[in-house]
Amino acid sequence: MNEKRKIRLATCSLAGCFGCHMSLLDIDEKLFDLLGMIEFDRTPFTDIKHCGPCDIGIVEGGVSNAENVHVLKEFRKHCKVLVAIGACAITGGVPALRNNIDLWDCFQEVYLYEGGLEGNQIPNDPELPLPFDKVYPVYEVVKVDYFLPGCPPSADTIWKFLTDLIEGREPKLDYEMLRYD
Amino acid sequence: MGAPAMSKTITIDGKNVPFQDGQTIMNAALAAGVYIPHLCHNPQFEPHGSCKLCVVSVNGRNMTSCTMPAAEDMVVANNTPELNSDRKALVQMLFVEGNHICPACEASGNCQLQAAAYYLNMLSPHYTHFYQPRAVDASHPDIFLDLNRCILCELCVRASREVDGKNVFGISGRGIGTRLVVNAASGRLGDTNFAATDKAAHVCPTGTILIKRQGYKIPIGQRTFDHKKISEVQMEPMEPDHE
Amino acid sequence: MEPREFPQIEQQLAPVFERHGREANQLLQILREVQEIFHFIPPAAITCIAAHLGVPRTRVEGVAGFYSFLSLKPVGEYRILFSDNITDQMQGNPELMRYFCHKLWLEPGKVSEDSLLSVDSTSCTGMCDQGPAALVNGWPLTNLDHERLDLIAELIRGRKPVCDWPPRLFEVKDNIRRSGTLLGEPFAPGAAIKATLARGSAATLLEMEASGLRGRGGAGFSVARKWSMCRASPGEQHYMVCNADEGEPGTFKDRVLLNSYADLVCEGMTVGARIIGATKGFLYLRGEYRYLLNKLEQVLARRRAAGLLGRNILGETGFDFDIEIHLGAGAYICGEESALIESLEGKRGRPRNRPPFPVTHGYLDQPTVVDNVETLACAARIAAQGGEWFAAMGTAQSSGSKILSIAGDCARPGIYEYPFGVTLHEILDDCGAEDSYAVQVSGPSGILVSSKEFGRCISFEDLPTAGAFTVFKRGRDLLQIVQNFAHFFAHESCGFCTPCRVGTQLQKKIVDKIANDHGTVSDLEELKQLGHIMQTMSHCGLGHTAPNPVLDMLKKFPDAYQHKLKDLAFEPAFDLDGALETARNITGRDDTWAHLP
Repeated sequence: MNEKRKIRLATCSLAGCFGCHMSLLDIDEKLFDLLGMIEFDRTPFTDIKHCGPCDIGIVEGGVSNAENVHVLKEFRKHCKVLVAIGACAITGGVPALRNNIDLWDCFQEVYLYEGGLEGNQIPNDPELPLPFDKVYPVYEVVKVDYFLPGCPPSADTIWKFLTDLIEGREPKLDYEMLRYD
Repeated sequence: MGAPAMSKTITIDGKNVPFQDGQTIMNAALAAGVYIPHLCHNPQFEPHGSCKLCVVSVNGRNMTSCTMPAAEDMVVANNTPELNSDRKALVQMLFVEGNHICPACEASGNCQLQAAAYYLNMLSPHYTHFYQPRAVDASHPDIFLDLNRCILCELCVRASREVDGKNVFGISGRGIGTRLVVNAASGRLGDTNFAATDKAAHVCPTGTILIKRQGYKIPIGQRTFDHKKISEVQMEPMEPDHE
Repeated sequence: MEPREFPQIEQQLAPVFERHGREANQLLQILREVQEIFHFIPPAAITCIAAHLGVPRTRVEGVAGFYSFLSLKPVGEYRILFSDNITDQMQGNPELMRYFCHKLWLEPGKVSEDSLLSVDSTSCTGMCDQGPAALVNGWPLTNLDHERLDLIAELIRGRKPVCDWPPRLFEVKDNIRRSGTLLGEPFAPGAAIKATLARGSAATLLEMEASGLRGRGGAGFSVARKWSMCRASPGEQHYMVCNADEGEPGTFKDRVLLNSYADLVCEGMTVGARIIGATKGFLYLRGEYRYLLNKLEQVLARRRAAGLLGRNILGETGFDFDIEIHLGAGAYICGEESALIESLEGKRGRPRNRPPFPVTHGYLDQPTVVDNVETLACAARIAAQGGEWFAAMGTAQSSGSKILSIAGDCARPGIYEYPFGVTLHEILDDCGAEDSYAVQVSGPSGILVSSKEFGRCISFEDLPTAGAFTVFKRGRDLLQIVQNFAHFFAHESCGFCTPCRVGTQLQKKIVDKIANDHGTVSDLEELKQLGHIMQTMSHCGLGHTAPNPVLDMLKKFPDAYQHKLKDLAFEPAFDLDGALETARNITGRDDTWAHLP
């Protein structure tokens, strides 16, 4: 038997809550099976900061600021297959609730009215990611190959999806696995 | 007068479906246990025909099945990959037009828009989001009105007019600016005579009209469409064949 | 948001109610007047009108929110709307609008602080042969240039009432360049009615059939069949409606027919009324042609006095028929016959579900014929001169002549009447079009014809048309033209059905994206798929035809967009750097990290 080359996989969370990552960890003992098939590149699990050439990139969260775009473009550049996982990556999700609120009002509420930080100033430090006027889904910024909805998708759903993908099948979800909540 | 003659038939996807004069393709289909996807149709009210999910191909021409009367010799194609793909596109249009954030919506799991999207295997809304700012009206003591989720099916308009006799709701604006309005100079639901017991308070296919203080009484995971497809729910007891 | 209080609203509206009565059918006519009085429809007026007509407030608000010329928010005392049809655009309207706004320190779409003036754009006003054009408080301004705009600015600053402005600003010419039997031959008012009475209705219907006359609004339905179906439909009343909602961008023939051939049109209506058994007729006049209202009312009065309208027409006992003019208020969709009927009933112009069709269930659910202005003019000629005479002109499937509204890149824009079957080559020669690249036949909802196809001919068999004929010379940016059309449909979609309401917007966004140099090959595929959805799933003709210009361009004019496409498979759907602009302004940042390439 040939030793099969392991699939290289990267994950990241943009404007998300890491709930999708938590759900991935919820596959529990199957993590060992997973690690038999894949090796991680950039992910919060490895603490690798930049993504190298990968087979699969999984992106959680919507695109809320300039830094999100840099991360996302790096993923798109290095990953053969890009997967948008979870409601935020696919529709903007809960962070997109701010899309109904004027950005200026958001800033005022957070930095001017609430008080506390540095004498009520709107920060202008270049290190802070600059927010977009709206939160956007991942597919409006880069091409996305697969979508895995859910908030988060259940561990079983993620497992089904990943094993299909890793084993070269077109991922297919049963009715009860396709959820937006 | 004897029993109504049901000798006339149409065929839908090869199946013979009987109809009575004046009956629409949709109603004949539902009565015969054939599911045609729909959002703005509800057999309790006058047919409307705006969502266009129920468009079928009749002898090669597309027709809106909820408003088109059945006629003999109609050969109807309904559950085809082409039509279902076009229907999915319509659902995707509705998703990007409004602000449908399922995880933050009390209607999730009971929402027909969401259920239709599940049925049509929608994995993403595909199109560019509009993110139009829309109002949430909490002025009524018992009911929320969240226009972010309105798909302009006018079921509440029809229910309030036809059943409640109140005309609480109407439609104003045009094109993409079309919007649900309420019968008050202030524009606030709280200033209308709307009541939680009205029929119109219970016909919204999405989470636009929600009764207050009912939130999460039924947990996510145990709701109508969590385990049953919309095709089963919208036409119990018959279950159609589909992929 | 209640901008102003209106304690006197009841008294202010009393004369309007007096004129229009308590019928809900009059709602749109009432709202038009309210708009003129207050320069918008105040919430208090909505409440007051609803009470007066005994309809829900939502019904009034629904209508007030539907039509472009009505507005729920205040507009200026002077409201100037620049026509944004493609011909007006080519004649320089965008620049003129900027010039005018700049001169008066105003932003398009906003009202000046003293509430004096607002400036915006509007769909084609039907003055393509004498543009650039605009409307001021509903009155057409033609041949605009800097000099005229300077004068207008002065008049507005001096608060001179529009009725006292120099008449030359409002001059509208007929520009008839080529006449055939319809426009060229004399017609004695009453001739068609007399012939019909002498021959009898059934025999006149046979003449209509023999003539082969088909509807001139574009669809080409047989007039004889429509009239006989309506005639055969049982009903308490039958109605005869003239569709003068000439909204297709680039069309202006009905404007000329109503201005100079109104007798012919009224006569066609009267003949039709006799045949279908109607005692009441409506002329639905598009809001943009409001300036023709008084003249038309005079024609009606003259005909009444001559016994050609009213009771016992031409002494025939029991032949009663009269015509009422209804004004539209800026809605292209009302050219669709069932939407027009809804609008006549004082409702939102939303196309009805069909069947039933208007011939059995039209105005107030009664049998109704809706015919185009030109169709009715033809019908009058046929009633007077017989069907065979008419059928001798044109082609096998398209008898008679067709009036074309020619505009765009040609030396002699205006009205041209041709027998059906004329080729595009011939037309282009006649109107002095040189080095033509494309012709939009029948407006944005019609067909974009390339120079390779100029041998094709105007007819129902080949190139059917409602009359618009817009010429584009080589060197014109076709993508910009198609973009203009995409914006038009997005603006005019009634919003009823999903595929058209959302589809026209998505189409607009993608065409804009390509025009802004961000398009990719995948965007072209997206346009095709959207076109398919709109064509096959929409509720009415607007949605069915809204993708036509885009699809024609993709098929026939690759040069128009290929060079604009990015050499990439994918480009973001929105301007990434632009979406950071707001936050840059708020934070005052302009560092590298505050930008995206």
